[in-house]
Amino acid sequence: MKDNAYTAGIIPGRLSPEDYAENFSDLHPRLDDHEALVAADRCYFCHDAPCITACPTDIDIPLFIRQIATGTPEAAARTILSQNIMGGMCARVCPTETLCEEVCVREVAEGKPVLIGQLQRYATDTLMDAGVHPFTRAASTGKRIAVVGAGPAGLSCAHRLAMHGHDVTLFDARAKPGGLNEYGIASYKTVDDFAQREVEWLLQIGGITLETDKTLGLDVSLESLQSGFDAVFLGIGLGGVNALGLDGDDMDGLHDAVDFIANLRQTSDVATLPIGRDVVVIGGGMTAVDAAVQAKLLGALNVTLVYRRGRDRMNASVFEQDLAASKGVRIITNATPRAVIGNGAVREIEFEYTDDDLAPTGQTFRLAADQVFRAIGQSLTGGSLPALDGRKIAVSSAGRTSISGIWAGGDCAAGGDDLTVTAVAEGRDAAMDIHATLTGAT
Amino acid sequence: MADLTSTFIGIKSPNPFWLASAPPTDKEYNVRRAFDAGWGGVVWKTLGEAGPPVVNVNGPRYGAIYGADRRLLGLNNIELITDRPLEVNLEEMTRVKRDYPDHALIASLMVPMNEDAWREILRRVEDTGCDGVELNFGCPHGMSERGMGSAMGQVPDYVGQVAHWCKKHSDLPVIVKLTPNITDIRLPARAAKEGGADAVSLINTINSITSVDLDLFAPEPTIDGKGAHGGYCGPAVKPIALNMVAEIARDPETAGLPISGIGGVTTWRDAAEFMTLGAGNVQVCTAAMTYGFKVVEEMISGLSQWMDEKGMTSTSEIVGRAVPNTVNWQDLNLNYVTKAVIDQDACIQCGRCYAACEDTSHQAISMSETRVFEVIDAECVACNLCVNVCPVEDCITMEQMAAGSVDPRTGKVVEKEYANWTTHPNNPGSCAAE
Repeated sequence: MKDNAYTAGIIPGRLSPEDYAENFSDLHPRLDDHEALVAADRCYFCHDAPCITACPTDIDIPLFIRQIATGTPEAAARTILSQNIMGGMCARVCPTETLCEEVCVREVAEGKPVLIGQLQRYATDTLMDAGVHPFTRAASTGKRIAVVGAGPAGLSCAHRLAMHGHDVTLFDARAKPGGLNEYGIASYKTVDDFAQREVEWLLQIGGITLETDKTLGLDVSLESLQSGFDAVFLGIGLGGVNALGLDGDDMDGLHDAVDFIANLRQTSDVATLPIGRDVVVIGGGMTAVDAAVQAKLLGALNVTLVYRRGRDRMNASVFEQDLAASKGVRIITNATPRAVIGNGAVREIEFEYTDDDLAPTGQTFRLAADQVFRAIGQSLTGGSLPALDGRKIAVSSAGRTSISGIWAGGDCAAGGDDLTVTAVAEGRDAAMDIHATLTGAT
Repeated sequence: MADLTSTFIGIKSPNPFWLASAPPTDKEYNVRRAFDAGWGGVVWKTLGEAGPPVVNVNGPRYGAIYGADRRLLGLNNIELITDRPLEVNLEEMTRVKRDYPDHALIASLMVPMNEDAWREILRRVEDTGCDGVELNFGCPHGMSERGMGSAMGQVPDYVGQVAHWCKKHSDLPVIVKLTPNITDIRLPARAAKEGGADAVSLINTINSITSVDLDLFAPEPTIDGKGAHGGYCGPAVKPIALNMVAEIARDPETAGLPISGIGGVTTWRDAAEFMTLGAGNVQVCTAAMTYGFKVVEEMISGLSQWMDEKGMTSTSEIVGRAVPNTVNWQDLNLNYVTKAVIDQDACIQCGRCYAACEDTSHQAISMSETRVFEVIDAECVACNLCVNVCPVEDCITMEQMAAGSVDPRTGKVVEKEYANWTTHPNNPGSCAAE
């Protein structure tokens, strides 16, 4: 008999090809022209609009929606991309329900915001599908800048610097650029290799030399960058993964959720990916939800997401929680893992209920688990970095670090909220500060 | 439920909602379905002289403008009068009137400016059993180039002359349909009355170009790269029509002349508004062309409910109710002082009132750090723009200041007594008593 959801163990091919295709298709397909016009017509063109304030990159949302409504989505895309060069990816992955759409006055009035995220995607896709890169590079300044990390922060920074005429060398530890856009986001949010297409489109600005498979501290040193370039921007993200700190953490069947997600994104055929029958995901952020949902979409029978605090403390938005629930993921809150049970390979995992202050209650339960994903946070890796603020690189305004000539932004920098859109904003703003510092421009 | 039965210049119909002479009334099939759907009367698509009928363009004949969500607000057309043989129309009218004796059926007519032509067409249509005739002096496109339609309607003497001929050669009630493409609508209305017309109907369509094709650089609707102006109708023309109806209703020379109101009637509310300004009934076209004949059901139920709420039992009680309150500007009470008031519970904080007032009006709305919008009474001239641009109904209202209170804008005490411009000290022609 063919393998299916009930087959025990960690195996590939639980589903039919049709189910795999359906499960990993676009979560929100692009609006067609008519849908976009209907959606755009709902915007009130608010004064000093709350949606702009809520956007970490300050996109002029009412203006771009009006440009869509008047039949010029290309102009709308320029409005978006001039503030956020990764407006295409952000349109796909931004938790709009906690940003622009949360404060849309039509959310206030009717509980139904204007579909800002989907309209943004409509506009940016229109321009990018036409192969148009709407910005031109200024005359060369002769200044050379090293950008470390080709994720959202680094790409944003590199693009803005290149636009101003600087020569950028963009280093990344991985084989492909894109950072979490390429390796860390659920497949159904960015189908058709969009992350790579966006990077290729972004690099059309010119003046950016991409060097992949270059890890800071191994292949290049911060000191060499400082001496070889006029400025350095660190957008290195969080390379490390937190451990459970339990005996048995190294048992077979335990994985880091980020690796699971990265594998999913890099595979050419999801049917070849093994998945357990009884999957447990530990954590409460976007990574945990992405892992849990995709485990379910790969055909796992039981997927349980366990978070140590209450639902209101989960970093995953309500939309993400609802998405997980709609796919059949069970969410258990106020429970902390206590023991990994198994003989070489995990078989069960024991949790203890904890109160809102994480104090133990003495009540325990066990979940069957042939596969466990850890999604309890990532950490900064690498030595001889600028001074830290807590566990991240300390930055002052516009990403200046403790070391003159070195800026930082994105997940590796303190103070942000670990969102793609925030990383883009920080990269952009650091670029403007670097530009001002190197040229005296204000 | 209120009785909607209507009697207009002696013509009875189950309700005051008639379909105007237009594409929807061009043939028996449509008219039967319209009556079955609930329309009280129909003005048949305009008939011309016997002989080879007119021809229409074979490209697009309508153009439109839209509001949000592609809501059709204005329609223009370059269609001519009926392009079917006169005999066919007359036969169909006869059959329809026979089968719907309780519904109003009016013949719309357009023939050249000579008495014989009008006498001949009247003779033909009388045999159909129709309840009256409407003289099409309104069509502003095509037929006007041939000296008919609005070309005649724009000359009051012609209007009066033809009305006279029609009354002379027929016993049928005569309605004169007026063109709005004229400076003073009262002049052709007076001429119609002097000519003996029983009623006027208005407005016909307005000269218009709805849009320009920005690739072809040609007006729409575009026929082989060219466009001609058309006749504009639909919700967008209602304000123009309401004013023209009121002008005739309150003109001492035409006061009491029955009016059939036409121009953008889309809902029961529009119909009621036309009737309060003096229309005895209304004629509808664009609403039916946009939504189908079924819209009349809402008009019937809405008008009935409203009449019940007002304690009215007959549609005649509506007619002219707002005419005494339609005055000249100089008769408005300058001692009536209002201020805009924003209901903070209803406000959704879009800030459109602020943008409108700050950029284009009197800087009378403040905006706080937390997006609270408040009216500054000392600056508010009560222009109403904030009310008009607010997307939430009844969120901003105009509240009257009590007599005896001080208007913080002018520093003056609000007077209790009525006073208008004619007695205002700033008026050089003021006739105030010394």
